[in-house]
Amino acid sequence: MKSKSIENFMKIVFFISATMSIIAIVLICIFIFAGGIPFIQEYGLKNFLLGTEWKPNNTPSSFGILPMILGSIYVTIGAIIIGVPIGILTATYLAKFCNKKIYKFLKPSINLMAGIPSIVYGFFALVVVVPIIRNIFGGTGMNIITASILLGIMILPTIINISEASIRAVPRSYYEGSIALGASHEKSILSVVLPTAKSGILSSIILGIGRAIGETMAVILVAGNQARMPAGLAKGIRTLTTNIVIEMAYAADEHRQALIATATILFAFILIINGIFLTIKRRTNNG
Amino acid sequence: MNKFVIKNMNLYYGNFHALKGINMNINENEITALIGPSGCGKSTLLKSLNRMNDLVEKCKIQGDILLDGEDIYAENFDVNLLRKRVGMVFQKPNPFPMSIYDNIAYGPRTHGIKNRSKLDEIVERSLKAAAIWDEVKDDLKKNALRISGGQQQRLCIARALAVEPEVLLMDEPTSALDPISTAKIEDLIQELKKNYTIVIVTHNMQQATRVSDKTAFLLNGELIEFDQTVDLFSIPKDKRTEDYITGRFG
Amino acid sequence: MDRAIKTTIKISAFITFGVLFFIIGYILIMGLPNLDLSLFQLKYTTENVSLFPAMITTLMLIFLTLVIATPIGIFTGFYLVEYAKKGNKRVEIIRIATETLSGIPSIVYGLFGMLFFVIRLNFKYSLLAGALTAAIMVLPLIIRTTEEALLSVDDSLREASFALGAGKLRTIFKVVLSVAMPGILSGIILSIGRIVGETAALIFTLGTATKIPEGLFSSGRTLALHMYVLSTEGLHVKESYATGVILLIVILVVNGLSTLLSNKLTKGNENE
Repeated sequence: MKSKSIENFMKIVFFISATMSIIAIVLICIFIFAGGIPFIQEYGLKNFLLGTEWKPNNTPSSFGILPMILGSIYVTIGAIIIGVPIGILTATYLAKFCNKKIYKFLKPSINLMAGIPSIVYGFFALVVVVPIIRNIFGGTGMNIITASILLGIMILPTIINISEASIRAVPRSYYEGSIALGASHEKSILSVVLPTAKSGILSSIILGIGRAIGETMAVILVAGNQARMPAGLAKGIRTLTTNIVIEMAYAADEHRQALIATATILFAFILIINGIFLTIKRRTNNG
Repeated sequence: MNKFVIKNMNLYYGNFHALKGINMNINENEITALIGPSGCGKSTLLKSLNRMNDLVEKCKIQGDILLDGEDIYAENFDVNLLRKRVGMVFQKPNPFPMSIYDNIAYGPRTHGIKNRSKLDEIVERSLKAAAIWDEVKDDLKKNALRISGGQQQRLCIARALAVEPEVLLMDEPTSALDPISTAKIEDLIQELKKNYTIVIVTHNMQQATRVSDKTAFLLNGELIEFDQTVDLFSIPKDKRTEDYITGRFG
Repeated sequence: MDRAIKTTIKISAFITFGVLFFIIGYILIMGLPNLDLSLFQLKYTTENVSLFPAMITTLMLIFLTLVIATPIGIFTGFYLVEYAKKGNKRVEIIRIATETLSGIPSIVYGLFGMLFFVIRLNFKYSLLAGALTAAIMVLPLIIRTTEEALLSVDDSLREASFALGAGKLRTIFKVVLSVAMPGILSGIILSIGRIVGETAALIFTLGTATKIPEGLFSSGRTLALHMYVLSTEGLHVKESYATGVILLIVILVVNGLSTLLSNKLTKGNENE
């Protein structure tokens, strides 16, 4: 009977462990929202979201984060323009065009790509991409284009891994059906396999968007970080994430609350994106 | 002597009525074969004898199953002890991914035997009883996944024997094996009958006639006929049994 | 037409892998010559810019984070796969929680860690606050890999163990784990990779002190943080390269090991 009580005790331990993730997510929501909402209420949601001036040191100070919201959106769109086509086509290559031997080498390479620290990506962009952009467009070379290229590279592994899995999940019979009608390998993949895998590919893009919006340390090094309304592709911008890191170290009082509120908005964006991703994923699994 | 007495037993998987009003006695030191078409409930019946059905969600049992007169579904009946007394061999050989020695010693260790020389003795005796000792005695440290399928199945029988069960349940033990390995296992089953009560599920009617003393024919969850194997196959009393053994369906 | 499609696909793949290998090659080639012995001095000063304290801090952080996250992650996997009934509401909630956790950006983790561990629990910038934050971050990864590894274990092995009269715990620890171990290990190793590469979640929890932490409540900086600070200062490009090389080598080793282990897991199952 002693072993029975150990069995029951461990069952409870396992269950408690399993609830830790729930506790963590609840705590994160509480602290991020509770930390930001009071400020937003006081300052006004509209003024905060749509204010075009971020001047924490002025008197009276202004805390409009529209520049940062637009900054995040611009670099994310840029990252998608660069990363999505290359990512999906690379996934297609891995799933349908490369032989087993090469695949055995390339697949771990994609995982390696996902594992390279963001600071290394950022540093690489700083020492290699920034000078190139500077030579072409003039200025400092730290701008929307540079940040988009960097993020476009960084979201590749996310897009490739998930797209590849969904391309592989397409039943072979679809492809064979198309081949049997006389379509070529390439045509069958483009017009039958990829459309069938579209919800998986779409969710890979959404996850990529999440990564791009959330990326911080790499972007700081190459985006210029000017807290002003975006003035052109070759001009610097600041994103929501970088706004927090750059000023948190010295911010106090209202300024600090405004930064936490920035994180609240960022977190809300991420929760929405995650929600969309999970819904698509669930619908695909059930359908 | 009755080893098992099954009284008016019904079994449900959720809403599905899988076994209907089963009554049968299983004799000690005899081999009882369960036959019938796929999905007739023969494996389910087998698994209810050592309560492996407990692992299936939404499985509900009514009626009694008595082992030596004790109700094995009684609340205070120790399931782990039941499974020590009623061993099981599965359809596909499923040795653990560890050495041959550790496979055999797993059961005894589970039940508290730690003494090395005692374990050595059990391992040797079990492997001998399962007629595989001579083939593996020099490789006891070898990973059990690296011997042949037929050897693996005899290893699994030895593993079941190592906890000194009284009953051995076999769920189509030869369906994954070649004819030569099958013959070896059938010989072994005959040999084991001296010391154990054996219940075997089989798809193969020749096998039932070759190895068993009594045979039960199940159809759609009902026990249609249960008799001496010789009688059941030569003069079946029920039309459905006759249809089945003459190959008219299933 | 087919030719054009095929060529486009091949060019895309070439760009992806070209960029990857260029980044790795560039950092290695530019960085390796900068790996100077002076960078490995016990104490950091503004002259030597030693990365040695950061190495030790990184190791300490990895150890502490794994001590916290590994049991919780593996036990969660046990609960989800071995205990919970399929389609159970609780399981669904736990799964949504872990999936949401894995999508949260590190900066949000960092800010949460600051608000909760550093300020509310008054841990200050410390090894403990950093490790707790990092532990929540790697938890989803460990849970997912554990789950996948456990699910890949053939059910007939569990049945065989139960049929011998073994209880659930013994079955899990002696039989299931022996098969699932490589998969679980590969998850833990990938977590090490994440901890090593993390910056945003640690800057406001672990802090950026240049010395080796003296205890749980003492601040320090990991290699990645060290590299971040150096890169933003812009004064120590050589040292940044050197730190980048070490980070890359660690990640290469970590990924290589985890690939090896997951291959082993798939191979182990081919016998079934």
